[in-house]
Amino acid sequence: MLLAALVALILTALPLPPWLDILRPAFLVLMVLYWSVNAPRTGGLGLGFLAGLTLDVFQGPVLGEHALALVLVSYLAVREHQRIRSKPSFQQALFVFAALLIYEFVLFAIDGWSGHPVTSLQRWGHTVTGALVWPPAAAILAYGAGRRA
Amino acid sequence: MAAFGTGAGRPLGRGGSAGFRFTLYALLSVVIMYLDQRQHYLEQLRYVLQAAAYPIQLAVNSPPAAWRWLRESLQTREVLQAENARLRAVQRDLELRSMRYEALARENGELRGLAAALPPVAERWLPAEIVSIQLSSLRQRLLIDRGAVNGVFKGQAVLDDKGLIGQTTHVGPWSAEVILITDPEHAVPVRIERTGLRTIAVGNADTTSLALPYLPANADIKGGDLLVTSGLGGVFPEGYPVARVTEVHRDAVQPLAQVRAAPLAHIDTDSELLLVWFRADHPAAPAAGAGSEPKSGNAAMQPQAVKPRAAAPHPAVAPPLATPPPAAPPATPSPRSAPPEAPTAEAAPQQGEP
Repeated sequence: MLLAALVALILTALPLPPWLDILRPAFLVLMVLYWSVNAPRTGGLGLGFLAGLTLDVFQGPVLGEHALALVLVSYLAVREHQRIRSKPSFQQALFVFAALLIYEFVLFAIDGWSGHPVTSLQRWGHTVTGALVWPPAAAILAYGAGRRA
Repeated sequence: MAAFGTGAGRPLGRGGSAGFRFTLYALLSVVIMYLDQRQHYLEQLRYVLQAAAYPIQLAVNSPPAAWRWLRESLQTREVLQAENARLRAVQRDLELRSMRYEALARENGELRGLAAALPPVAERWLPAEIVSIQLSSLRQRLLIDRGAVNGVFKGQAVLDDKGLIGQTTHVGPWSAEVILITDPEHAVPVRIERTGLRTIAVGNADTTSLALPYLPANADIKGGDLLVTSGLGGVFPEGYPVARVTEVHRDAVQPLAQVRAAPLAHIDTDSELLLVWFRADHPAAPAAGAGSEPKSGNAAMQPQAVKPRAAAPHPAVAPPLATPPPAAPPATPSPRSAPPEAPTAEAAPQQGEP
């Protein structure tokens, strides 16, 4: 889990050309969602909080912003984990899309309240790619988890 | 990690415990946000976290850095020779210009009635390398590999060899975050070099343009005008080149002209930049005085409450809609005029120990 988190963090911070950067999925959020759904006791909220705080240090104007958004999203995932886990990956991707929208909206709201508004539409781009990336990413994570067990 | 649910041996009700923990973590995040935003208590925590994050950031940076190093070390002899020749030519030009500069500085000193020419306003500078990682795609920020151990302080001016780049916002022990002048939250007090008209250049969220939103439609400005820092605002000293005006659009129904300018610094291609320390007692120094609690951050542009102390001596001036009166010769720092600058830099006291 730690390794996956580190890889996700690196993927988040890797420099990319701007046009690609808009479409970069929020890998760390996907990772937290995966563990919230598949290991809600060990992963879940604590992981979400720590990952969010890391994101705050990396890119947040306010400490605690990403932490709140990620905790909220992972709470939703943990609460619904049984229902989500049993769904085919297409429907899982739909859930992920919704979760990413909520996540981004929380960030958007906090950005606005704290006086660092970013109103461009670009910020929503990653929710779509995130949902598209979900099936392969989940498969890779499941494979990695299976090998370690 | 495949142990679904078996890893945790806590016999707690699942729903209740998750809800409780969610409330706990959410409250914690909100408290952290409040402390960071309103009270600025968390500078120390941020400092520590930034130190902890730096190894990861360096690790992310290492593949591009290795690639650059490899490419540089595999360059052919001809390329290196050509570059050498080019650099020599540049150096010759610069030397020629600086010869003239010394004469001009002396002349200027005499004209002002000063006994001796002033020393340059930049006291010392330090090259810093950009750690090439993506901080946030929505904001124009950079990470550099110098921090508090190098004497870097919050709100320090950052330049490259062509012009202004930005200022530091968060300083860690070995790294610092730089907000670029093109970030929409950043504003530089500038002066049009040709006319001496003062205004504010605001970032535009892309690395190639700045906006000058506070110029009246009849302002004397045209394409090609050079914008230099005006020295107000307490961060940047007077007279450093910032941008060149590219586009002036005057609309008969709009009271304000729409002006765009292109930054002179090569913001998107630089890999190295300069951190500069300025002499506080120099006439061209940043107006607020570098050492003594400069008010960085402008109440008018920040929705959140600014510490009362920061704005006390002078009510923070709103971005002037009309041009400020062309009072005071440009070089004299007009003290404590609290111009709108650097809206990002929180109004925290600067812990500068250069």
